[in-house]
Amino acid sequence: MVEHAISAKGLRKRYGETQAVDGVTFDVAQGEFYGILGPNGAGKTTTLELVEGLREPDEGTARLLGSPSWPRDRTLLRRIGVQLQASAFFEKLTAREQIRTFASLYGVPADRADAMLDTVGLVDKAGTREDKLSGGQAQRLSIACALVHDPELVFLDEPTTGLDPQARRNLWDLLRQINAEGRTVVLTTHYMDEAETLCDRVAIMDHGRVLRAGPPRELVEELGCDSLEDVFLQLTGREYRE
Amino acid sequence: MTPFLSLSAAMTKGLLRDRAAVFFMLVFPLMFLVLLGALLKDSGLSQSEIVQVGDVKVLDDIPAKERAELRDVLRIEKTDGSAAARKEALEKVRKGDTDAAVYQRPGGRVELRYSAADQVRAGNVQGVLDSIVQQANQKATGRPPAFQLRTSTLQDQSTKPIQFLTPGLLGWAVAMSGVFGSAFNLVNWRKKRILRRLWLAPIGAGSVVGARVGVNLALAFAQTGIFLAVATLPYYGLKLTGHWWLCLPLIACGTLAFMSIGLLVGAWAKSEEAANGLAQLIVLPMAFLSGAFFPLDDAPGWVRTVSGFLPLKHLVQAMEDVLSRGEGWGAALPAMGGLLLFAAVLTLIASKLFRWDAA
Ligand SMILES: Nc1ncnc2c1ncn2[C@@H]1O[C@H](COP(=O)(O)OP(=O)(O)OP(=O)(O)O)[C@@H](O)[C@H]1O
Ligand SMILES: [Mg+2]
Repeated sequence: MVEHAISAKGLRKRYGETQAVDGVTFDVAQGEFYGILGPNGAGKTTTLELVEGLREPDEGTARLLGSPSWPRDRTLLRRIGVQLQASAFFEKLTAREQIRTFASLYGVPADRADAMLDTVGLVDKAGTREDKLSGGQAQRLSIACALVHDPELVFLDEPTTGLDPQARRNLWDLLRQINAEGRTVVLTTHYMDEAETLCDRVAIMDHGRVLRAGPPRELVEELGCDSLEDVFLQLTGREYRE
Repeated sequence: MTPFLSLSAAMTKGLLRDRAAVFFMLVFPLMFLVLLGALLKDSGLSQSEIVQVGDVKVLDDIPAKERAELRDVLRIEKTDGSAAARKEALEKVRKGDTDAAVYQRPGGRVELRYSAADQVRAGNVQGVLDSIVQQANQKATGRPPAFQLRTSTLQDQSTKPIQFLTPGLLGWAVAMSGVFGSAFNLVNWRKKRILRRLWLAPIGAGSVVGARVGVNLALAFAQTGIFLAVATLPYYGLKLTGHWWLCLPLIACGTLAFMSIGLLVGAWAKSEEAANGLAQLIVLPMAFLSGAFFPLDDAPGWVRTVSGFLPLKHLVQAMEDVLSRGEGWGAALPAMGGLLLFAAVLTLIASKLFRWDAA
């Protein structure tokens, strides 16, 4: 049996009154491009955090590349790259200093960090402090920091939120490219077109549960819809979420 | 670069680029030393100044050697013996520009005029002149003195203000940077989610904690270097005693103790503002109660009881001992042990309160 990149079983996480994740089970194959969709508050970020090993699940287990992600395992962490939904930067450091610092945490040399900055089109902003970057620039830096050590498995939480169309297309190309190199990519997104073009399979979540999972085209066919967006609305309803 | 070094570099840059932090940790305490040091510079001296109007035999006859010894306690300014000069001298005494005026009446009587405004100075001048006259009288008898009282003012170094200002203010500076440094770092990194991001990087907790401690130690040693450099300037005149370098391990242990207070503050506080307020609320009273700004010798008993529990008090006291009183390991070791114990206990409590998230 080929080892799964991700194998999550029965994950549950409760915050006080909120059951953020309520029994999530899914597998992601090596080299797969996997998308997690769902309305605000569906539990996507929490699911990713449990899978990444950032939080301890109340119940269930997650194995990444064959090793459990909880408790913390430094050899495993070296092989995964994570972009958190809200970017996390060192205070008062410039873009270049940020990515070089992150690179050195993974034992990656500075020139590789600079090259990554070029890849996400931030060379012009290399000397700009973290708090002076625009929202989209910060987002790109955060993605660059997640990819700087060539991880085998990449988690991106809403990577394209706040990006302009050019940056979005650039990021798509970059993600397709690293996926083509055999790396596994998991992302969450609110853009259905993005999920349709990028993902081999998507899981649609709501209320902490996976409602449906499969290749976008199959889901569209199965439910007799026109697009993934219709599938999404049909599964999760049309009312507002807070 | 190793994670330890790059994290240290990131922290150092973050610190140095924060102007307010640099001001409060480095410049502000130094300002206190420079100003208080200058203000209190002469307050511990007992040297008196007198104006000698015209010839006064007992004073003029003092042998050169004795005169040199006398100079520490008494400075004599001699003017001509005219009536105008006498009037001027008395005016000076009245205004407090000099401590006393002395002149000789025909017939050998020595007149001393002093102002009663400063009792201590008046007493000093009187005492010194009296002893000079007595000695002269005794010499005039041509017989060796039957009894001799050798007096010399004991210029106790530790009573010179700079000798207690330096360890006190340095202790306060180190306490500020220790408490604020670790509290701010913790709160800020939690708020900026860097703590979580570091959790996902393949590094040990040792690199993170070690980097923070390293940066704080470097900062504390820099503070020590600057403080000692300023205080030993001839203008301030701090005299370092033999074991002064023992202040370095003391500072290191103190830094750990203060960082543990900062950890506790940072673990509790949800925002930087809260951390700032709480840290101020701890550091400033602690500094007062620890004798960082003025000695606690005259403080009421309860103050001294409270201060016995404060790490800064023990740091300041031990630093005074090694910097100004010539004491050695005997004074430093118990303080170091106490500071480390304090640090261990508070770190343990802080680790129980520790939270990854701001929520
Ligand atoms: N640290 C936390 N403490 C308490 N409740 C939380 C915490 N994180 C998330 N929640 C709650 O858990 C639920 C799921 O949140 P989560 O962030 O996983 O949603 P999401 O699907 O990522 O939403 P979005 O699309 O807005 O990013 C929400 O109701 C949220 O309020
Ligand atoms: Mg989310």
